[in-house]
Amino acid sequence: MKAGMPICSLAGALALALVASPALAATIEVTIDKLVFTPASIEAKVGDTIEWVNKDAFAHTATVKGDWEVMIPPESKGRMTLEKAGAVDYFCRFHPNMKGHLDVAP
Amino acid sequence: MSIKHTASLAALVALLLVSATPFAQAADKPTDPQIAHIAYTAGVIDVEAAKLAIEKSKTKEVVDFANDMVRDHEAVNVQALDLVKKLKVTPEDNATSQALSKAAEEERAKLAKLEGAAFDKAYVANEVAYHKQVNGALETLLIPSAENAELKSLLETGLKIFQGHQQHAEHVAGMLK
Repeated sequence: MKAGMPICSLAGALALALVASPALAATIEVTIDKLVFTPASIEAKVGDTIEWVNKDAFAHTATVKGDWEVMIPPESKGRMTLEKAGAVDYFCRFHPNMKGHLDVAP
Repeated sequence: MSIKHTASLAALVALLLVSATPFAQAADKPTDPQIAHIAYTAGVIDVEAAKLAIEKSKTKEVVDFANDMVRDHEAVNVQALDLVKKLKVTPEDNATSQALSKAAEEERAKLAKLEGAAFDKAYVANEVAYHKQVNGALETLLIPSAENAELKSLLETGLKIFQGHQQHAEHVAGMLK
């Protein structure tokens, strides 16, 4: 009975820690204007959300070959929450001359 | 007279080095109304070719690519029309636009006779070649000749779009092999 208390507290602390960490996640904005990603290179961490703001009248994508793709409609936004750490190059599948880079820390 | 002649000759030589075809006829520096007409025509041509591909092709990658071409070129041309309206410029038909349209008509007639994989290959190969040709003309003739800053800026965006399409077309061509 007495031993139950600390275990309970520990579980509570763990639960709190798990809930608390996403609160630190940031939203990072990348602007697309005239077929250019700005900033072209982003440093983020797992849990952060990248929001692409497309000012062009053209649809774009943010695509990582063989992994993920975000559609970014004309004069609109596309977003994605980063789920894994690592450095990736992404590009627009419609206009492969548009390139960006993400450095995702754990 | 002689300055104009020299300039025309230089433009002609530059064009012949870049590409042999419709743009070679534009020896004289085009005016803004002519440039607007050429750029618009170039877009319409690609939309028409794409519509043929959407109708004929059974290959997803080719149809997707063609849909991308329709969407982008129609969007560019809406911007072009908005701009000429704002600038009160009336696009002016000219020998380059006419030569472009004529070449495109011949190409479409050729493509219309092909089916299946032969069509896909020929359409995508022509898309690579056509975008390359238009990019060359934008870089060496149309952008440098444009007087109006907004027109120049739209052409520069158009060039980036076209360069993107060229890479996209090259990618699709690679997948068809």
